[in-house]
Amino acid sequence: MSLATIADAFFGLFNYWIVIVLMMIGFYIVISHDNLVKKLIGLNLFQTSVFIFYISMGKIAGSTAPILTEGDDAVYAHPLPHVLILTAIVVGVATMALGLALVVRIHEAYGSIEEDDVLAADFETQDSEAATERARQRSAEARQQAGARDDADDGHRAGGERADDGHGDERT
Amino acid sequence: MITQFLSQMPVLLVVLPLLAAPVCVIVHRAAPAWFIYALISWACFAIAFLLFVQVRIGGPISYILGGWPPPFGIELRLDALNMLVVLLVTGIAAIASIYARASIAAEIPRERAYLFYAALLLCLCGLLGISITGDAFNLFVFLEISSLSSYSLIAMGAKRRALLSAFQYLIMGTIGGTFLLIGIGFLYMMTGSLNMADIADRLPAVSDTRTVEAGLAFIVIGLSLKFALFPLHIWLPNAYTYAPSAVSAFIAATATKVAVYALIRFLFTVFGAAYAFGQLPLGEVLMVLAVVAMLSGSVAAIFQTDVKRLLAWSSVAQMGYIVLGLSMASATGLTAALAHIVNHGIIKGALFMAAGALFWRMRAISINDVAGLGRRMPLTAAAFVVAGLALIGVPATGGFISKWLLLEAVMEDAHYGLAAAILVSSLLSVIYIGRVVEALYFRDPADNDGKTAEAPVSMVAATWVLVGASVALGLYASPLVETAERAAAGLLGSGA
Amino acid sequence: MREHTVLRVVVKLLIAPILIFALYVQFHGDYSPGGGFQAGVIFAAAIILYALIFGLAEARRAVPPGVLRVIGALGVLLYAGTGVYAMLSGGNFLDYDYLAHDAVHGQHYGLLLVEFGVGLTVSSVITSVFYVFAGRGRRREQS
Repeated sequence: MSLATIADAFFGLFNYWIVIVLMMIGFYIVISHDNLVKKLIGLNLFQTSVFIFYISMGKIAGSTAPILTEGDDAVYAHPLPHVLILTAIVVGVATMALGLALVVRIHEAYGSIEEDDVLAADFETQDSEAATERARQRSAEARQQAGARDDADDGHRAGGERADDGHGDERT
Repeated sequence: MITQFLSQMPVLLVVLPLLAAPVCVIVHRAAPAWFIYALISWACFAIAFLLFVQVRIGGPISYILGGWPPPFGIELRLDALNMLVVLLVTGIAAIASIYARASIAAEIPRERAYLFYAALLLCLCGLLGISITGDAFNLFVFLEISSLSSYSLIAMGAKRRALLSAFQYLIMGTIGGTFLLIGIGFLYMMTGSLNMADIADRLPAVSDTRTVEAGLAFIVIGLSLKFALFPLHIWLPNAYTYAPSAVSAFIAATATKVAVYALIRFLFTVFGAAYAFGQLPLGEVLMVLAVVAMLSGSVAAIFQTDVKRLLAWSSVAQMGYIVLGLSMASATGLTAALAHIVNHGIIKGALFMAAGALFWRMRAISINDVAGLGRRMPLTAAAFVVAGLALIGVPATGGFISKWLLLEAVMEDAHYGLAAAILVSSLLSVIYIGRVVEALYFRDPADNDGKTAEAPVSMVAATWVLVGASVALGLYASPLVETAERAAAGLLGSGA
Repeated sequence: MREHTVLRVVVKLLIAPILIFALYVQFHGDYSPGGGFQAGVIFAAAIILYALIFGLAEARRAVPPGVLRVIGALGVLLYAGTGVYAMLSGGNFLDYDYLAHDAVHGQHYGLLLVEFGVGLTVSSVITSVFYVFAGRGRRREQS
């Protein structure tokens, strides 16, 4: 591969390079960052790179904006990808708004927007829930056996008190 | 006027929910909003049924939006395949309307319930739009409408963990949607068209390029994220567990199925089976992932203590069956996949509704919470058992028919290993369903007052309608199988 | 920001032109770049600017959230209603040709109505989003 073809691959297709770099930065932020707001920023960057991809796709070298003027036969940029991306931008805005609203609610419920903290809180409730469930399972089995014994003795069923009925209080 | 109405029916499927959602927002009260949702979902079901008959008799229907003929304008295209999906979605939506009122009144604050119904209507609008549109970009827009509304529906769950699961779903879902957008962009670059049929016509000329291959990869991965194919399923168990019961039932029964439908549409109608499965090794990839999903989903389901989470993991496994069917790209395999889309939609809807009814009584849904409820809530528990049997694939239920078709398809290609995997996964489902049934019937309830205390009639009735539908599809399988066969033949015919 | 006299005066002067510009973008959308989305956002920007300088409470008094909710819904209804009206007059959904006695006028009306619906919804939704986010933190501070 000669230098010229390499240079051509870079500069002739520079819009794609921009798109790829932006997309990877966005994707990396989504994956690597703990902060939920930063995740959303990464997500938005990721979406924006696709918008640029569509917009650059519709551009023709030396073309003007596709607006009808009298007696004009200039070369126009392709308007359809631009219109499509207007729709996609609106979708992106809606996603951002919803995502941020969820982050606000998460902050109110957990007091943190670091994913690690939130997950740690979740695992804590999950662990305590699991422990409670195991305890309940054991006591239920014990009760079952006791009940079976009682049945065999005198046909009287042991009432059995309700085991610990707290199933992991949700701190809402 | 009547003929005008008949000719406008396809678009009404999308327009009615779209019009009703803002009306729900304006009325601002729970009861009228519920009434609007019920009215619209039943109207859509009726329209879907009429259209189904019309397509059955007269063949595919094309509806042109805004007076721009395809391939320039947006076209709605109805054929045997998507009418099956539309019937499923509208049917579940209509039955969910009966179920939702009592369930939502118990789980969502009254002053926010109107927003719930508006979001549910938008979700319905999006799902129906995906199903009937003939335009690739339009499909993306409807997919995002349905996804955005389902994120907010899931976030309405009572526990605070609903928020994080909705957020994770939002991140994964948006990445999936954006991948789909990139894929559609690649196709548009190469063909200059967004109409699916038109892309399909123009693709063969350029199908050897890297761009089209990359487009296919992006579309497959994007949609797989949306329907939670094996390594991309992380969002699903949490989302289904913490969503309000009616939402779990509705979304589990429809959203993933519609995403699979979109994948089938792209692979078979747009790319063509010969390209996707012949030239590219997509079938093998999907097959491996499907088998892993079937086994890992079932194994994970066995170890859950929460009934809704157990059902959610079982959904991961069941999506494996559907993908396995389509990955074989044979007529029988596709028929099995389509039949299982419908059967699993109905069965999972019924199971989540039964779980929701148990939740309604106990305000909690771990296996220990439902212990002994078989005697206190006989109808709900019985519904769970019958739907569970259908999920396992016991004869005389819908689940049996589609699993049998799947086995038939597998044996046709002499994949004995796959047949074994299907059987193992079914046996595993016996274990996890068995755990719940054991708790329901063979354990003493936590408090022993011994009185029956059923969930509200509307919830039980809705659950039993779905259970009945599943049994009916097991006993009179021929209409469904025949439709699925016709749809599969249509897909393979256009793809070859 | 109540004490910043310069800001208050500048904003007071700016808001009216911003609103006018929003309407210009709205109604020239048929012939030149613009349309409902852009106009809606510009319109909302004026309200948000007002809220930033004069306080959320003042803005809520001028543009109550309940009204925004209804306007947002009405915008969608206007958009879909235009489509339904075309259906009732014998065309397909959103086929503007059927909106008036001849196709050219029909296209004109259709575009205008649909874009107006979009503009109403976008401006009210963007403003509502701002209200919700801005109000949330404030309520926490008070409590």
